[in-house]
Amino acid sequence: MRKCVWPVLFSVFFLFNLSSHVWAKSKSIKIGINAPMTGDIPKVGEGTKFAAQMWLENVTSQGGILVGKTRIPVELVIEDNESKAESAVKVSTKMITEDEVLAIIGPQSSKQAVPAGDVANYWKTPMVSPWSTNPDTTMDRPYVFRGCFLDPFQGPVLANFISDEFGFTKAAVLYDVSSDYPKGLAEFFKKAWEKLHGPDSIVAFESFTTKDADFSSQLTNIIRSGAQVLFVPQYYNEVALIVPQAHELGWKKPIVGSDSWGSAETVKLCGKDCYGLFFSTHYAAAGATGKTREFIEKYRTKYGYVPDDVGALTWDALGLVQEAIENCGKLTGNIEKDRQCVRDALASIKKFPGITGEMTFTEEGDPIKCAVIVRISDKGEYEFFKSVCP
Amino acid sequence: MEFFLQNLVNALQWGSFYALIALGYSMVYGVLMLFNFAHGDIFMVGAYIGFGVATGLTALSAAGIVVLPNWLILVLTILISMFLTSLLGILVERVGYRPLRDAPRASAAITGLMIGIILETGNLALLGAQRVRFPSLINSITYDLGGVFVTNKKIMIVLVSVTLMIALDQFVRRSKWGMAMRAMAFDHVVVPLMGVPINRVAALTFAIGSALAAAAGILFGVAYPVLDPYMGIVFGWKAFVAAILGGRGSILGATLAGFLLGFIEIFVAMIFPSTLRDLIAYSIILLILVFRPHGFFGESHSARLRL
Repeated sequence: MRKCVWPVLFSVFFLFNLSSHVWAKSKSIKIGINAPMTGDIPKVGEGTKFAAQMWLENVTSQGGILVGKTRIPVELVIEDNESKAESAVKVSTKMITEDEVLAIIGPQSSKQAVPAGDVANYWKTPMVSPWSTNPDTTMDRPYVFRGCFLDPFQGPVLANFISDEFGFTKAAVLYDVSSDYPKGLAEFFKKAWEKLHGPDSIVAFESFTTKDADFSSQLTNIIRSGAQVLFVPQYYNEVALIVPQAHELGWKKPIVGSDSWGSAETVKLCGKDCYGLFFSTHYAAAGATGKTREFIEKYRTKYGYVPDDVGALTWDALGLVQEAIENCGKLTGNIEKDRQCVRDALASIKKFPGITGEMTFTEEGDPIKCAVIVRISDKGEYEFFKSVCP
Repeated sequence: MEFFLQNLVNALQWGSFYALIALGYSMVYGVLMLFNFAHGDIFMVGAYIGFGVATGLTALSAAGIVVLPNWLILVLTILISMFLTSLLGILVERVGYRPLRDAPRASAAITGLMIGIILETGNLALLGAQRVRFPSLINSITYDLGGVFVTNKKIMIVLVSVTLMIALDQFVRRSKWGMAMRAMAFDHVVVPLMGVPINRVAALTFAIGSALAAAAGILFGVAYPVLDPYMGIVFGWKAFVAAILGGRGSILGATLAGFLLGFIEIFVAMIFPSTLRDLIAYSIILLILVFRPHGFFGESHSARLRL
């Protein structure tokens, strides 16, 4: 009796292995979406999910992604990273090892994208972060790409914009020291500003930690410092607290933000206090044309509000992955080989016509793209103000 | 000078929240000898109930069913939410603590933490992860007093907090139930034998503590109008620090320590780089506790509710 056990086990194992290969071939392409559905920035997660579902419907209606001559249906694996670094790592690992996804979209913010990028690179799985602007996300990671510009670009764009537009020479910064994105961008802005106006031109460089609600002492310091403008590279929930508090403490000068302000939620939470302020972002919804407009209209009729930059960038990131899979030509069913193929195809994409601008990846997997300066109008809409290209 | 005064004003507002929440911790400890670790989350629920009541009343008013001025909506919101949250406090005591009254203290502390998690995730399940904006019931008016900026909101917050603290003090000092609470704090073994209903006194203590937390939650919503389900955690810890610093069971101690904590946090950020704020602020408090291990008004081996 015992003699039979091993051959039987082997054959079962062999059959299982074989069948799983056949299975994978006939089955759909899986793409992972690693998004912050709960936690500090749930609106970002919602935008990611909605854009991804819209893309999926679009692809499904065509019968799937065209690989060689056959269309293969697509399946999305959407998971919540709770807006935490450790959960994002866990989610990416699970998607790669258990769900066997071909590529991962996300995480969105740098706090999660930097550590999750390490996981994707280790497992040699192509990852595209649509929204992470911190350089570390893709640095020395051949399998990690992004869909947006970088903070070393955004910092100088803002510094130049404030200097040209207002003619100011003294600036203050208020940022969250415990989060990768604000901390990185605050430092790039400081560097760019000091290059323009000399070593002591940042008169106040104040910080706080995530979940703080009272910024009165930092803002009082900033007001006393004699700064002419305040730069706040924060997410929407903090913007809605910082801006009104600054006004209540007597700050009447401009406050300028970064692409993290672009959420559909910023104006809803912040109210009239945010009207008339400027921030840099990836695209401006008001006054968009062509494909961008088409996307915005479709999204609005489907979900009832104008998509923010996260939605648009997620759409583009999925478009990039789709093009890479198509360019790949054929899928072998061996997930490791297919991932390698998609990665190589991604790296060689030239002039991808995205709705947030044309994209060509550099060696590091970062696209060269233009930034847009947006003004929040008196109706609370994001108006195009000017475009800054590298 | 204006700079100093401005920070003083900031600290008064910030300290009011700590003081109101610390009072709840301290009272429950004084009467029942346990720390209600769910208190920070009761504060959160209070803020959300306030959000619901305020939104409802504003909608009613806008629809023309009962037209109320905004200040009256705010007053009603505070009163209704205090009442509803006190019911929640009574429920927490009944479900979470009463069955464990004779169990080891550690069990009761863990229950508190668990109730806290249930309240947080329950809220998350009920309302989702989106932040909600507390309706702005009063238009913020900024007064410029010689370089010191004070808003009508700040004045209101400090006044309402101080009024509530005085009301609590009078209640505990003068009413029959207040006397029962003090008696229970004095000796919780003998006093029930004298016919003081321990269950009702315990329920009352939780009700009052929760009502104060609800008031703090609404005032918090007025000052910092973005609410999220986890807002009570760190705030609860810090208020707990204030309760210990004031001396367990001491109402005056909790109030003063709450304000002191607000002052330390604000003034540390004024003098030192703001990155080091909590590090330095809580090192100072640790130092105070080294020299006064029972807090300002605490006595060794005693946890009486004192005035």
